[in-house]
Amino acid sequence: MNNAKGTVFKYGDNVDTDVIIPARYLNSSDPGELAAHCMEDIDKDFIGRVKKGDIIVAEKNFGCGSSREHAPIAIKAAGVSCVIAETFARIFYRNAINIGLPIIECPEAAKGIEAGDQVEVNFDTGIITNLTKGSTFKGQAFPEFMQKIIAAEGLVNYINGK
Amino acid sequence: MGMTMTQKILAAAAGLPKVEAGQLIEAKLDLVLGNDITSPVAIKEMEKFTVQGVFDKDKIALVPDHFVPNKDIKSAEHCKCVREFARRNEITNYFEVGEMGIEHALLPEKGLTVAGDVIIGADSHTCTYGALGAFSTGVGSTDMAAGMATGKAWFKVPAAIKFKLVGKPAEYISGKDIILHIIGRIGVDGALYKSMEFVGDGIAHLSMDDRFTIANMAIEAGGKNGIFPVDALAEEYMKEHSQRPYKIYEADADAAYDEEYTIDLSTLRPTVSFPHLPENTHTIDEIRAMEKIKIDQVVIGSCTNGRLNDLRIAAEVLKDRHVAKGMRCIVIPATQAIYMQAMEEGLLKTFIQAGAIVSTPTCGPCLGGYMGILAEGERCVSTTNRNFVGRMGHVTSEIYLASPAVAAASAVTGVISAPDEL
Repeated sequence: MNNAKGTVFKYGDNVDTDVIIPARYLNSSDPGELAAHCMEDIDKDFIGRVKKGDIIVAEKNFGCGSSREHAPIAIKAAGVSCVIAETFARIFYRNAINIGLPIIECPEAAKGIEAGDQVEVNFDTGIITNLTKGSTFKGQAFPEFMQKIIAAEGLVNYINGK
Repeated sequence: MGMTMTQKILAAAAGLPKVEAGQLIEAKLDLVLGNDITSPVAIKEMEKFTVQGVFDKDKIALVPDHFVPNKDIKSAEHCKCVREFARRNEITNYFEVGEMGIEHALLPEKGLTVAGDVIIGADSHTCTYGALGAFSTGVGSTDMAAGMATGKAWFKVPAAIKFKLVGKPAEYISGKDIILHIIGRIGVDGALYKSMEFVGDGIAHLSMDDRFTIANMAIEAGGKNGIFPVDALAEEYMKEHSQRPYKIYEADADAAYDEEYTIDLSTLRPTVSFPHLPENTHTIDEIRAMEKIKIDQVVIGSCTNGRLNDLRIAAEVLKDRHVAKGMRCIVIPATQAIYMQAMEEGLLKTFIQAGAIVSTPTCGPCLGGYMGILAEGERCVSTTNRNFVGRMGHVTSEIYLASPAVAAASAVTGVISAPDEL
């Protein structure tokens, strides 16, 4: 997958993994079941409205708190094609790369994109285009090592291929 | 330029003479940890590896602790999955109900974490073991799977923030007040991607339990790890609990730190984090100037504050007193050994006489699993580590994070209080 295109769901600072997928649903590890409750405690309308390919844009420290990989799994299984944030919490960042959920750090995009905007992301160039507002942003490129994990579609495949 | 304590440990584990902040390395692991929520996802990932099996059956710890004793059928299935994996792979350190405790209290107590170790755990509070001078950090399930399969993990070498602790804390000022104060100062992303290195002569006044509490909550400031120098007290702890050799690393005198803070422990006051972020801290003096905050429930326990000293302090406050009418006070010793010792010291009797309940070790209420879920609009003073929206129950419920002393005093008065108000 070299690009993503979709409608934006916008959130603020410090979106924690407890609101992304509340622990009361962690007695399941099924991606479909987790997706059904994705973002439930911060935006109960999210799961009814999200369409395949949509994009989450947030501000600082997205994915803070619990290390639960169920959080990026739920987001990916809900159909989200990319998460853009000013910064990510470090465990969420690792987990997203490890399971193949595309994420991009870009403070300018986090500020210049609003809920409902149509946004396109080119993963090869890191260019983020706000089609609604006609603006473009340059996201931070991944180090080569992480690009290899992403290209292998996750850490397990990367290790198997070594 | 020299290396920080964290950087020295990582360099040694990567087999490199020197590392610097930002460098990507592959490090050998001394321990890989998982619990009943994160391990099933890792076990499923393990099946995808072309080479099957674990790298070392003695260097993996599996601790069902979040939803055990099994809270429902689905949780029971998860625990069964972990149990069967442990049996199949002859995992030495699998801890069944009866032996288990809350993972981050249990592993140091069992001697599985010592100074100089590199440890990953599929639980964000894995950073706890920095109290013993280990590098330990939380990861997700896929990293755990890769760690179990290969015995290695990739890391970006972190930059560091130095926290110089000076002075002696006053009575009832604990590790919890210190770390909440720090998070209040730097924010929940104040140490993002960085190591939090604690130094200074104030550390000599902190018990090991206080240090575990401080290192445990490094993640709540976004930190990759929190780490303490290894002093006589830490060595004594490791000699008492572990047969394993430990290695002491010290930061170079010219190590680089992005920021430095000095914290005078003698000036700290009982500190409480208000909903819905650990950085929303207020001192007890600020709280006394506010309208009284009525509490429905108190939880004393968790990987942050369920250790023996925490229970001793709570019992001291609750002795010959009774919880407020309508208050639910839930005390959870973090391990079986702590439970037993608390029983022998008469602490459990004190709790029960005070109208509190005492539970078998579990993470239960801390993450809204079970054993103390909050209803709509209810408020809880908790010695746990997170007060996010909906963390302990209903999305409108509220969590106030505090020390065991403040939690116990609040249980008695029914409003947020410190022991000197009793």
